[in-house]
Amino acid sequence: MKITLNIWRQTSPSDAGKMVKYELDNVSEHMSFLEMLDVLNEQLIGKGEIPVSFDHDCREGICGSCGFVINGVPHGPRRGTTVCQLHMREFKSGDELFLEPWRAAAFPVIKDLVVNRSAFDRIIQSGGFVSIPTGSAPDGNAIPVPKKDSDRAMSAATCIGCGACVAACPNASASLFTSAKVSHLGLLPQGQPERYDRAVKMVNQAKEEGFGGCTNIGLCEAVCPKNISLENIARMNRDFTVGAWTYREATAEGGAA
Amino acid sequence: MELNSRVPSGPIEGRWEKAKFEMKLVNPANKRKYHVIVVGTGLAGGAAAATLAELGYNVKCFCFQDSPRRAHSIAAQGGINAAKNYQNDGDSIFRLFYDTVKGGDFRARESNVYRLAEISVNIIDQAVAQGVPFAREYGGTLANRSFGGAQVSRTFYARGQTGQQLLLGAYQALERQISLGKVDMYPRTEMLDLIVIDGKARGIVTRNLITGQTDVHMADAVILGTGGYGNVFYLSTNAKGSNTTAIWRAYKRGALFANPCFTQIHPTCIPVSGDYQSKLTLMSESLRNDGRIWVPKKAGDNRSPQSIPEDERDYYLEREYPSFGNLVPRDVASRAAKRMCDAGRGVGPTGLGVYLDFAESIQRLGKNAVAERYGNLFEMYERITGENPYEVPMRIYPAIHYTMGGLWVDYQLQSTIPGLFVLGEANFSDHGANRLGASALMQGLADGYFVIPYTLGNYLASTKLDKVTADHPDAKAAKADVNERVKKLLSIKGKRTVDSFHRELGKIIWDYCGMARNEKGLKEAIGKVRALKKEFWENVNVLGSDGELNQSLEKAGRVADFIELGELMCIDALDRKESCGGHFREEYQTPEGEAQRDDEHYAYAAAWEYAGEGKEPILNKEQLTFEYVHPSQRSYK
Repeated sequence: MKITLNIWRQTSPSDAGKMVKYELDNVSEHMSFLEMLDVLNEQLIGKGEIPVSFDHDCREGICGSCGFVINGVPHGPRRGTTVCQLHMREFKSGDELFLEPWRAAAFPVIKDLVVNRSAFDRIIQSGGFVSIPTGSAPDGNAIPVPKKDSDRAMSAATCIGCGACVAACPNASASLFTSAKVSHLGLLPQGQPERYDRAVKMVNQAKEEGFGGCTNIGLCEAVCPKNISLENIARMNRDFTVGAWTYREATAEGGAA
Repeated sequence: MELNSRVPSGPIEGRWEKAKFEMKLVNPANKRKYHVIVVGTGLAGGAAAATLAELGYNVKCFCFQDSPRRAHSIAAQGGINAAKNYQNDGDSIFRLFYDTVKGGDFRARESNVYRLAEISVNIIDQAVAQGVPFAREYGGTLANRSFGGAQVSRTFYARGQTGQQLLLGAYQALERQISLGKVDMYPRTEMLDLIVIDGKARGIVTRNLITGQTDVHMADAVILGTGGYGNVFYLSTNAKGSNTTAIWRAYKRGALFANPCFTQIHPTCIPVSGDYQSKLTLMSESLRNDGRIWVPKKAGDNRSPQSIPEDERDYYLEREYPSFGNLVPRDVASRAAKRMCDAGRGVGPTGLGVYLDFAESIQRLGKNAVAERYGNLFEMYERITGENPYEVPMRIYPAIHYTMGGLWVDYQLQSTIPGLFVLGEANFSDHGANRLGASALMQGLADGYFVIPYTLGNYLASTKLDKVTADHPDAKAAKADVNERVKKLLSIKGKRTVDSFHRELGKIIWDYCGMARNEKGLKEAIGKVRALKKEFWENVNVLGSDGELNQSLEKAGRVADFIELGELMCIDALDRKESCGGHFREEYQTPEGEAQRDDEHYAYAAAWEYAGEGKEPILNKEQLTFEYVHPSQRSYK
């Protein structure tokens, strides 16, 4: 196959950046999209040109490192698939593709297709956990969990934190990401003690980071490589509402934390 | 060097309790005065960093990924073993211990393995409490499945993403400690050297992968949870970034490297499709519960699988190993696949593949039940190969998946450098010559959550540590070495890319130190690897500068270390004149083609000591004794 690539090249956060065109011949349909970029990079190095930087690691769709926009769609044309699992058989010879990094104020570009997604970590830091120090857990079967709840929690928990939802959203909202964690923990009995506070803290942190609000457009769900459902955002909004009405700062009377 | 494993005495059931009681404690107020470095944020490193911070230590934690949530533990699919015996099917701590020692082909340290089995039950409890959404039965209790190499159902799982869920549990605990100010997290930061002062590990040199800045970080102890070195083969199921640099640098600073040739080849991976291939993808071993493995009876039979009638198929695992069938351990299943392909009965365009067929279980259970168990794996297979496994049998072939070897550690998980602790896949300790399925997650979390919190305290409470700063001459020298090396890599400006060296190394190691090894081949490989090393340092081409994100430069440093490690693997494989577990020396096999151990001469862990540039490494032996599980020829027939 013959593929024409237009790739966003930006040397540093302060560089203005631009699209650069590359032609690739002999692309095999069995290659993954990233393997095609590997081939391009080997050719560039051979010509003494700086290879294209892109984030990637596991290359099996689970680590969440990879991701860029292909012809306007985060992770490209195949639904439920990260770019590392996207294969060239999804394209045809002669296709011209435009590759850009995630675009969002909260995800500044570092270089080429690499962006800084540490805002996601800070959202988790604000409350995306169960406060249970090692050693203090009861027996695993002490609290039965209805299978339906556990299955729904698992579906939310499969989020890989890649950031495609933010890149797709016209508001650059992190609602799908945030709600996946709020849902995962809020659906399980283990997550109940902190459930409403968690929703409030995480939503507030997302706002703090510069992500926009959700206006129910649904592009996030459409591009999510793990098919995380919009239902999670509804659940987060409900927990946030309850939490906002009942939120109390921890008090001194509570004793040492 | 005298290797003291510091294994407690007495009956094995009481050893860990006894060791814990005998360990010195650091009182809570004093924990706040200690600084600890944790490198790696997978199950072992992430769990350790979170737990040590919960205890009150000041932790600095490092990972090369952009977030600690992306460590490669995340890719583990199948499950985690624990001796809960929830299924009432005869499991026990002793049985898990027994299976693991036997599965490791009697090359692991009994006391460590027993402790691992003992702790396994606590891990499940901890993970459930963190909100890990394990599979459940309708009554709300935890579900289990059986896994390769075991005859009981002791594996806990979260669909085909168990590693992801367990890692997110550890990651969330870690993020909580970051928010509390107890952990300073350094993502996109790579450890490039270990700082040893007065014989003790006191810090590391790192490179910020965004700015290129190198820094010195000092501490009272250093913990490595940096994973395995499977990428020495270039093509493996490891993540692209997984590397040996942290443990290799520690080796060159005096930590012993044990059993480097013990590598695990996983039997169920998607076959290679072309020379652009960048990695191999695992299909969870759990598929072997319901899939049946076969090849055509006739060599060179290239009919489509559906048109090969039942009586012309050879379900060779079921035939050769009737009691375990498709569930034989990984090393046995992998070698059997190789035997079939070597005999010309392999399938697919390259002839390097065997079928994993679900037709029978789809008929028995229905498509929905199969989809519920394996749906995500089937989809992944379809995405990669373009074939639908509900209709056409999967094609699979063995690939490098895990490395049992690693830095030598004693019972306290301390390396031969005091103050340097090594956890998870990065150490050598618990799996002997072959790891059983669903045991890696167990070991990583056992080390991180439940072992290091005790043994680190014991070290700190019983060791006098002088105050040292980043201005110490040894720290400055280590940093200067790192800078020098980076400069050197950029200045060669040769003709070949880093990847081309890595591919060549991988091919050498796979051909000569892969699924089957022999003396002649290993000697040849050592020569080839040495030549490759020489060429690398004369002819590698790394573009760009050191003051920016430079992925070629990162890879170059890692590949340079892989080349040196590759040589040590071959040296180790050459020394071990027996076959055991994943180490198969063609000269030493039973008449049926199974691994032939030599317990009289090789019941030891081979711990290699760095002797200096260009010198042969020195072999130190830790003799292994088996008091509870008596070595026998493993039989899965």
